Amino acid sequence: MDRLLNVMTGFSVLLIGLVLVSVRRAHIRVEYSVSWLAVGLALLVLSRWRSLLDRIGGMMGLDGAPVALLVVTGALFLLVLYRLSMMISSLKDSNIALAQRLAILEFRLESNEETKTQRS
Amino acid sequence: MSRLLILIPAYNEQGAIGGVVNDVQAVMPGTPVLVVDDCSVDETVPTARAAGARVLPLPHHLGLGGAVQAGYKLAYELGFDYVIRVDGDGQHDPRDIPKILEALESEGCEMVIGSRFVGGSGEHTGMLRAIGIVFFRAVLRPILGRPVRDPTSGFVGVNRRALSVFSASFPLEYPEIEALVVLQRKRFRFVEVPCRMRPRRTGRTTITPLKSIYYMVHVILGVFVNVLKFEGRRK
Repeated sequence: MDRLLNVMTGFSVLLIGLVLVSVRRAHIRVEYSVSWLAVGLALLVLSRWRSLLDRIGGMMGLDGAPVALLVVTGALFLLVLYRLSMMISSLKDSNIALAQRLAILEFRLESNEETKTQRS
Repeated sequence: MSRLLILIPAYNEQGAIGGVVNDVQAVMPGTPVLVVDDCSVDETVPTARAAGARVLPLPHHLGLGGAVQAGYKLAYELGFDYVIRVDGDGQHDPRDIPKILEALESEGCEMVIGSRFVGGSGEHTGMLRAIGIVFFRAVLRPILGRPVRDPTSGFVGVNRRALSVFSASFPLEYPEIEALVVLQRKRFRFVEVPCRMRPRRTGRTTITPLKSIYYMVHVILGVFVNVLKFEGRRK
């Protein structure tokens, strides 16, 4: 039990450190790092605050703190993944609209140049 | 006089695109033909240009829906009244274009579908596609409130009202079926006219049993998402 909590503490610290380094190196934008930092901090707090974990486990009807920790960890990661899916969808929509706009503008520019050439 | 644009989405169709453009121009002389090239890696663009088409080359691969929507957006901005889409693989017979245009002008509906099953037997339809068509007919019947014989047909004509809607919102991957639901939500009407289908000029169909299952799941999801869609999301 204690070993699992210690492992989770180490994992949380590693996650937070990794995200901070990535932000510093501009591999992750600040706005996209917030959800990962929040998850890391939440896991860090839970893994060090045994009584809170027991209470959460009790509320969910789970037998023991380790199961509660795993369930909470899974739920938090699902939320982050869901948020990322929303962001990817939004970026894809923007990307398609931009590609279409670029193609249309190029087409119209070429058409104008052809018309000018024909006139002159 | 109403302005018509023939729209041909193409992706790696160098073997067929020249013939398709020539066939269209033979049937509809003087009508502008726009090939939307979905970032082909072969000679589709120069071949289409050499055949006399204008080409809208996309900067990267968007998929069929993205390519068709780019053409719709351009047509809408340039003020075209009607757009008729013809596939770049040569399966659609351009001799049916006047029939679709006439239906668009006389019926007052927003979309006309060239159907291989209205007054025909659906020749040149593979078994997997035929199964999909039967399945989607059954799914769409209660949603559209009326039967549609050939819901997967890409031989489609639209008027300016539909262009306005599709410019703002158009399904991306497998657009034909979902587009019907988009139209239905706007209370727009469609009719089907009999059309001939031909075997593709070059290449082979990419439909496999596994892809068919993915296609059906994707489209079913897309249909129901469109039925439930919150209108304020996409602009």
